[in-house]
Amino acid sequence: MPENTLGAASVLVARNVAGEPNRVKTPDRTTCMANLDGASSLLGYPAVRLKQLAWHTQEYVRLAGRAAVGMVSRPFYPRDLVVQLDSVGVGSLGIVFLTGLFTGMVLALQSAVEMEQFGATIYIGRLVGASTVRELGPVLTALMVSGRAGSGIAAELGAMKVTEQIDALQTMGVDPVRKLVVPRLLALLIALPVLTVITDLVAIGGGLLIAVVKLDLTADLYMRSVYQTLAQTGYVLRYIPIDFVMGLMKPLFFGAIIALTACHFGMRAGGGTEGVGRAATGSVVVASVLILATDYFLTQILIALLIE
Amino acid sequence: MNEAAGAGSAGPEPIIELRGVRLGFEDRVVLNGIDLAVAERETVCILGGSGAGKSTVLRLILGLIHPNEGEIIVAGRDMSTATFDEVLEMRRGIGMVFQGAALFDSLTVFDNVGFYLFEHTRLPESEIRQRVVEALEVVDLDHDDVMHLLPSELSGGMRKRVGVARALIHEPRLLLYDEPTSGLDPITTRTIDGLIRKLQRELGVTSVVVTHDLESAFRIADRVALLYEGEIVFEGDPEEMRHSDHPYVREFIA
Repeated sequence: MPENTLGAASVLVARNVAGEPNRVKTPDRTTCMANLDGASSLLGYPAVRLKQLAWHTQEYVRLAGRAAVGMVSRPFYPRDLVVQLDSVGVGSLGIVFLTGLFTGMVLALQSAVEMEQFGATIYIGRLVGASTVRELGPVLTALMVSGRAGSGIAAELGAMKVTEQIDALQTMGVDPVRKLVVPRLLALLIALPVLTVITDLVAIGGGLLIAVVKLDLTADLYMRSVYQTLAQTGYVLRYIPIDFVMGLMKPLFFGAIIALTACHFGMRAGGGTEGVGRAATGSVVVASVLILATDYFLTQILIALLIE
Repeated sequence: MNEAAGAGSAGPEPIIELRGVRLGFEDRVVLNGIDLAVAERETVCILGGSGAGKSTVLRLILGLIHPNEGEIIVAGRDMSTATFDEVLEMRRGIGMVFQGAALFDSLTVFDNVGFYLFEHTRLPESEIRQRVVEALEVVDLDHDDVMHLLPSELSGGMRKRVGVARALIHEPRLLLYDEPTSGLDPITTRTIDGLIRKLQRELGVTSVVVTHDLESAFRIADRVALLYEGEIVFEGDPEEMRHSDHPYVREFIA
């Protein structure tokens, strides 16, 4: 049974450590294999890790497929969606605000050091605007939301899994993907673009603060330079700046990554409370890496499609 | 209580039938060819030590996992080959009481017990409330006291009883219990045992109870089956079990 590979692997490790004399006594093939498996998950033995990775990928894709079907077919759970929107979206406002503020401020500060050498501090707005709207806004927001909401989802579903609440749902004829995964996925798809826009605005504001207070620029000069950079890259359908399109496409993908990764890890949690912790950690690590990797490829594709 | 006691095949058509069920995970065998029949209105206890695969049997009956080999016939349909929709349909006739009660943490007792009705029926809330009150009365809980509490505010015994109430809200023919008395004090244990008997007597449900508690099993069972190393090593009524000379049975009841 594919269920619970993560848990099974760690059980093997534990048994291997405890059952050391056992191996010496009975060196038949099955025990050797079991020991090899155990040792490998400890040392990261490539073959087993690859097998695990392949299995996880398969389950992940399957979950994504079932969630996609669940998004467009009955039954829907609007009440759960509202609850999730509140916890994922509204709940992340504070952290997103702080992220944006300090990112914008530090960007302005760093670029000032370089630009002052050329007397080019009036271009600080460009730098802050372009880098936040295109890259840092979407990516940092996604990473922060993954750390806050993603880990929360993984831990919540993990706890539900180990206390058999997910089994209870199934027993009562309710599909856990529709009831648990779809509302969380939709909530992130809706909330993350909004949160990203907030990060962008706050970051630009943070840059403005530094530009005015520390670098003696006027607010007008700074903001004009922000607008300029957004206008410069070009437009989609004549009126929508390309930077906006890129900046708002990315959070859609990142939101899906955060929700699916968290749900995947949560619903596969095993091994009691410890398993819940592992699910939360695993989901944040994997989601973060996926976000950064996806960001690169997505940027490449969007540049090819929109700019060239 | 029931004529089907003993051989298990003599009485009316069994409601659950396991035939040659084998189940193994990557490195170990959990069930190694299980045959078990449960007749209508019968209470069968599945006994066994920790990790003997008792709970797995319930999960198989519910179609939560599938066997590697063998058939699991529930009310005339094979769970191991049924489609997803058929399995969902089958589960409507089954109530399951989980080991830790598995109440939904975020919902009140009322929403937990009424969960099935909220999900699958269009009954008005007043009617659901009425049914929930009745279900809580069956398990001897004062609905005024507990309705609005969260599962975290309940004691272990109360949680179990709410779990039972949730399992029987949709009036299933078949109730499955996973370690209903584990972790409870002797008095609460007897109360829960009495409840299981009462449900069987008054509502005529068929029950399959997984437990490692011998005393409980002898109190409630029409028939017991003892699992050991993936096989059923004893099957019969409690009295027969007491006098069995099978070495593991002797060791288990000693």
